[in-house]
Amino acid sequence: MRSARMPVKCSSCDAQRAALRRPKTGHSVCKECFFHAFEEEVHHTIVSAKLFQPGEKVGIGASGGKDSTVLAHVLKVLNERYHYGLELILISVDEGISGYRDDSLETVKRNQQQYELPLKIVSYQELYGWTMDQIVKTVGLKNNCTFCGVFRRQALDRGAMMLGVNKICTGHNADDIAETVLMNFLRGDIARLRRCTAITTGSEGAIPRCKPLKYAYEKEIVLYAYFKKLDYFSTECIYSPNAYRGHARAFLKDLEALRPSAIMDIIHSGENLSVKEDVRMPVQGTCTRCGYISSQGLCKACVLLEGLNRGLPKLGIGKHHKLHHKLLAQEPLSEAETRKLKVVDF
Amino acid sequence: MKGITDLLSIRRLGRSCMKCKEAPAVLVIRVGDAFCKSCFKDYFVHKFRAMLGKNRVVYPGEKVLLAYSGGPSSSAMIQQVQEGLSRDAPKKLRFIPGIVFVDEGALCGQSWEQREQNVSEMQQALQKTSFPIHIVPLEQVFLLPRSVLQSSLPGNAQHAENYKQAVNSFLGQQRAHQENELSGIADELAQLRITGYECDNNLANGSSYSCPPAELTSALMEIFNSARTLTAKLELLQSLRSHLILHVARTCGYSKVMSGESCSRLAVRLLANISLGRGAFLPLDTGFSDDRYGDVVIVRPMREYSAKEVSFYNRLFGVHSVFIPTMETKAPDNSSIQHLSEAFLTKLQADFPSTVSTVYRTSEKLNISRKEITDENVQQERCLICMCNLDTRVGEASAFCATQVSQHLSQRRPKNNAEPTRHSEKQCCNSGQCCESAASCSSSVPGTQDFLPLLCYSCRVTVKDVTFVSSFPPYILKEAEHRSRRLEMRREIQEFLLDEGGGNM
Repeated sequence: MRSARMPVKCSSCDAQRAALRRPKTGHSVCKECFFHAFEEEVHHTIVSAKLFQPGEKVGIGASGGKDSTVLAHVLKVLNERYHYGLELILISVDEGISGYRDDSLETVKRNQQQYELPLKIVSYQELYGWTMDQIVKTVGLKNNCTFCGVFRRQALDRGAMMLGVNKICTGHNADDIAETVLMNFLRGDIARLRRCTAITTGSEGAIPRCKPLKYAYEKEIVLYAYFKKLDYFSTECIYSPNAYRGHARAFLKDLEALRPSAIMDIIHSGENLSVKEDVRMPVQGTCTRCGYISSQGLCKACVLLEGLNRGLPKLGIGKHHKLHHKLLAQEPLSEAETRKLKVVDF
Repeated sequence: MKGITDLLSIRRLGRSCMKCKEAPAVLVIRVGDAFCKSCFKDYFVHKFRAMLGKNRVVYPGEKVLLAYSGGPSSSAMIQQVQEGLSRDAPKKLRFIPGIVFVDEGALCGQSWEQREQNVSEMQQALQKTSFPIHIVPLEQVFLLPRSVLQSSLPGNAQHAENYKQAVNSFLGQQRAHQENELSGIADELAQLRITGYECDNNLANGSSYSCPPAELTSALMEIFNSARTLTAKLELLQSLRSHLILHVARTCGYSKVMSGESCSRLAVRLLANISLGRGAFLPLDTGFSDDRYGDVVIVRPMREYSAKEVSFYNRLFGVHSVFIPTMETKAPDNSSIQHLSEAFLTKLQADFPSTVSTVYRTSEKLNISRKEITDENVQQERCLICMCNLDTRVGEASAFCATQVSQHLSQRRPKNNAEPTRHSEKQCCNSGQCCESAASCSSSVPGTQDFLPLLCYSCRVTVKDVTFVSSFPPYILKEAEHRSRRLEMRREIQEFLLDEGGGNM
């Protein structure tokens, strides 16, 4: 058993006193060696997966939270250290959640000044004509994450397109990926299971997205932010969290406590799953209304928006593919269909 | 217990069977599906026969080894085989069964008397079957020959285009084998003597079960005491047990092994194996047939029954199972990854009743990873312990390499090394080397570094949890040494080899 009281020397430089135990490897290292290791690991991920080309314009999805703050910081550091030759831009999405997003956007604005990076904010209000506060008022607290998640994905892309960005980076960390593998497995979502471990997604059509922090543990990201004294915003969204993801998250935390490598082990599993050839996969197409990628005639965002505008918020919750042709033709729905899609008041 | 009260209340409700619409229902399998006793039996039997009929891998006259643990699912499996072979069964099963039972009593500190009692209880439960029973104490892993870890090429039967051809070729082989039998026996005997394997009598007819030598029991305990986590212990046990069963099958001429995992058990295994990094092997570890050993194929005919169906069947038709405590018995939920997965899935199943079947069905859509098999002639390197194709030949951008980079970066590195990342990158390409240097940096046990390059991702993680790899049974150590030597040899002559995979292990 390792005694916690005795001053331990850094296992990397063997000179400084160790300041922390790395959650990922269990080694005791000093602050400087930890920074070095963390940054080099992200660099290794970027180089080995060939995430960027010199001269590219790269948008960083910035929410003001720990992951995106650390991502912005590390990318800026590495861009200078290794001469990636990238033009970095922060892109934020304003969902219009008072008491949550307006505060975190303040953090992003401070980051913009600290890191001297340009910032673009796109809002749900300007893109869709609805804020999340208004959506929750009509939809209720159940299912509102569906709206937020679908809209955010598209909003980030639209913001990136406005700026003429080549690539978008998001702050997804190893824990997020492992959790998604577990969740897609439990839900039997084979198509997502196959692509959720990919480091770059959506190269055809849409702007490619990548996750440079894919192999960084959430706990190490917090440690990094803590020791670097980075300015980030840490409050849970005020609207209900996703219950099913919560289960997967709790399970992952228990696994990590038993065996710290479990997070990487799950990602390794996910990377090496191979799907039978005869399993039918959804075909990617484009939305006939807005041109965004979609497996259906209408993309999810357009269906959700249509539902909101028609006063039938449940239109996009669950599967109502049969109604798509009516939506496209701007036809009114029958009474029976309407009744099903209204919010039930208790 | 809850299941039984449900059952009684239905009986009181007087609902009738949804199948025959006449007899009163005695149980509800799924929501709304109430069955009477005889229709349930038909349903249960049909499922078993359909499973074997659909997959068509067992040939008439083939010797099939039934792996028996004493638990409900394998007990039900034996019952199914027994009924299928009985004279009055329509479309009689036509294979020749035997039963194998691995006595793992030593692991939870049972005395010889307790273990003897387990065995006699188990023999009593199996009394009705007249199948030969092979009772093997886990201690016998110390007597296994090195050849257990070599997977033999499957017989020609495997490559036949359809079932009929396969059966014919199997029967042809049988006949040829019988003719050679007499001359063969002498060879086999000689081989047994060479490998020092003397307990064959015990293996072949387990009617007299004798106490394994005490020094083997303590050697066995040494392996398991040396594993620091229950997770690793359970993984090791799983491997040792399969090696033992494989050896029994090979020495006694069984070419199929039936393993009785239910759908509920498999769903837990799937989740646990994902968490253990065995994603690439899910189809082998949980699929209907598992051909990793080549000559002996594992089949899982019980994989479509839920644990609930099995326990209803056993209760209604008086199938006895034997409770034998294991390492996991009475362990808390968070004692191992396997146990945690079980607790998690059971809880989730209570909230979302389709969880188990969804997970099970997800696994049906998976395929064994074949991306690297481009050339038919190249035999893949296999993991020393689990005998699956190595999944460590992944590219630079992978969780496997990222972990090695992390390991490397947080340990002391030479002062003159200006480019630590470049350095580790180079090592990573040569899978295993990185670990070797890492292991020699920290004061690791001798042996571990020789082992790691021979293992798949998941077995590496398991072995890292073991303090003294040197306590492994001789057959593993010897084979490891052999393979390391071959690996070393190949490294030396690498530049002269024209074919990447030439001269496999």
